Amino acid sequence: MRDWLIYRTFWDLTVTGVALGSIYALVALGYTLVYGVLRLINFAHSEIFMIGTFASLITATNVLGLPMLEAGQYPYRTGFQLVLILLACLLGSMVLSGAGAVALERAAYRPLRGSGDQFGAVVLAFVSAFVVGLIFFDTPKSNLIFGIIGTGPIAWMYLNIFRRGRQAPRLAFLISAIGASTAITEAVAIWGPRDREQYQTPRVLEKKTLFKLFGTDIRIDYVIVIIGALLMMTALLLFVNRTRLGRGVRAVAQDVETAKILGVNVDFVILITFLLGGVMAGGAAMMFTLVYDQSKFNIGFLLGVKSFTAAVLGGIGNLKGALLGGLVLGLSENYGSALFGGQWKDVIAFVLLLVVLMFRPTGLLGESLAKARV
Amino acid sequence: MSLSESLRSVTSGARSVSRLGEALGKQSRSVRWSFGAICILALYLLPWWPNVPVLGWIVETPGTSFPSVLTDQVVIFVLVALGLNVVVGLAGLLDLGYVGFYAVGAYTVAILSSQHANLPWLLCMPIAVLVSMLAGVILGTPTLRLRGDYLAIVTLGFGEIIRITANNMHWLGDSRGISKIATPPSIGPLKFTVLDAKPYFFLGLTTILIVIFLLRRLENSRVGRSWNAIREDEDAAELMGVDTFKFKLWAFAIGAAIGGLAGSLYAGKVQFINPSNFPLQLSILFLAAVVLGGAGNMWGAVVGGALVAWMPERFRGFADKRVFVFGVALVLVMVFRPQGLIPRKIRKERWLESWKPSTETALGHKE
Repeated sequence: MRDWLIYRTFWDLTVTGVALGSIYALVALGYTLVYGVLRLINFAHSEIFMIGTFASLITATNVLGLPMLEAGQYPYRTGFQLVLILLACLLGSMVLSGAGAVALERAAYRPLRGSGDQFGAVVLAFVSAFVVGLIFFDTPKSNLIFGIIGTGPIAWMYLNIFRRGRQAPRLAFLISAIGASTAITEAVAIWGPRDREQYQTPRVLEKKTLFKLFGTDIRIDYVIVIIGALLMMTALLLFVNRTRLGRGVRAVAQDVETAKILGVNVDFVILITFLLGGVMAGGAAMMFTLVYDQSKFNIGFLLGVKSFTAAVLGGIGNLKGALLGGLVLGLSENYGSALFGGQWKDVIAFVLLLVVLMFRPTGLLGESLAKARV
Repeated sequence: MSLSESLRSVTSGARSVSRLGEALGKQSRSVRWSFGAICILALYLLPWWPNVPVLGWIVETPGTSFPSVLTDQVVIFVLVALGLNVVVGLAGLLDLGYVGFYAVGAYTVAILSSQHANLPWLLCMPIAVLVSMLAGVILGTPTLRLRGDYLAIVTLGFGEIIRITANNMHWLGDSRGISKIATPPSIGPLKFTVLDAKPYFFLGLTTILIVIFLLRRLENSRVGRSWNAIREDEDAAELMGVDTFKFKLWAFAIGAAIGGLAGSLYAGKVQFINPSNFPLQLSILFLAAVVLGGAGNMWGAVVGGALVAWMPERFRGFADKRVFVFGVALVLVMVFRPQGLIPRKIRKERWLESWKPSTETALGHKE
């Protein structure tokens, strides 16, 4: 009896739904920010999230040297040490995701806007040289060396092409994003130490119950995720609403031309937007590994699609909408899979989106990064 | 030869193709017709191309038989790209769930010819086209009132819904799929069997040529002009009296029908389908094919579809790295040739305009 299942597990589902929804919301912020400013579906944002989960894994195992298992047990840590480890992982994912987002912007999007620069040229040149190297060499190391040698001349050539300053149509951005997304996923799948297998992350946090609420165990990792997500979102909202740079972001979202005339450095603002989105995705990634203890090369794809759905659900370009959309999506997915069975989980998310868009064509809260200050 | 050089040679190749087209346009009708006939003949001889000395080295697909690459990949992708081009390129509607219509077409044939009935393929095919067209109308009616990017995510959801439904419903063969799908009937010496892929190729190519002919007529008609107007500026089109919703729905339905046609061809060829044949990633590849070739240009769609289908098979030498190379190639082509390999004519003029440093569209869009 499935209807009984949802009565018995209602609060369980609520707690996990809110935790999952917080992760969706954090990733959705990245989509919403970029969409608000550039009107671009940043398809590769899911890969930024994926990079974040791996950054967290690398920080834990390679930098901090934590083992997967310690004498047959999970390497649980407690107290101050635990806090430090978690913060280090968070920092690691935020830095790498943020850097990844910025690199993505400068290599895959900025040249299309007609303001390509040296950095983008070098990244693109390296990747091109690397791909050419694949024809001749078989070991990653020689590929890498070939790529580095080839970068110089190719970058010079690319830079000359960039100087023409051509503006691409909107669809081109989307395809470039899809290409970048494919390349990043595949790069991790090919050159990662475990190829296409699943990776485990060391479980340092003992997932014990903190307290009971409505007869449901509230686990500590869920609490961390929910509080962490709230903190990060508050920080983002404060940044966008209260700082000078945040005002720049809102100005560009509202009207690029006027912002430019008034002296806003549009390219820099876009860079900041990508950085913010990347950092949020990094935070989400670390929390994801905290709850699920795993990562995989294609982990971003479905989560990215769902997060984008969440962003649209709340009203794309609207920061608070991303939060609301994430929570609604996380909860309805959980309730829905209890009602109809887990295999229909993804269908529920999309049907919900369809229904909401039919009655509120701009999402639950409407689109308004430009008017974010309310 | 560096990649950028080869990229440049590809783009100059595309340019010389369009120049050739202009030169041909000046010739007399009989010259044009005979040139067209020779081209079509050469296309029908495609399965034998690998046996030609230099050409063979270029087109051969190591590890897979060339005719089956043509039928299972190239024909399908070209057909799908033609259909998606109507939606994305002509009407300017971003559809990320096109695989849904393709799946509807394939599943209709599968259900009618194997799972629940025993109809011949020739009868199933038009039904499949109609059913997918209907699916297009059903999806389009509520969603086409949405703005562009919302449409993208909703269609993406549609593609997933179709796949998951097929995966979970016993009536649709769930995850095991449906086997023993009927093949097209044999016509004289053309026997549609598992052993020989060539008849399927001839069938597919003929279908493509017919579709191209029909689409050309459509493009130059009132409908095509309305699509043009909607794509360039929907509000202005509406003001000028174009029934935008109606024509958008038409684009969606025609696109869906062609997708369904491709699906029915695919089902008839492989004779076994299951939901994993229709992943979301396929939609994205379809879209990549259209934009890579040049959205809005039918020849661009044909070239893009053929390239996206054939390239991974040609470069099997890269083995598992080919998808990575494909991703990088997409970015590079978009960066250096954002209009696609064979851009649309009208766009070309606008593109020349934006060549001079303009402040008008700093972010690739105008509100």
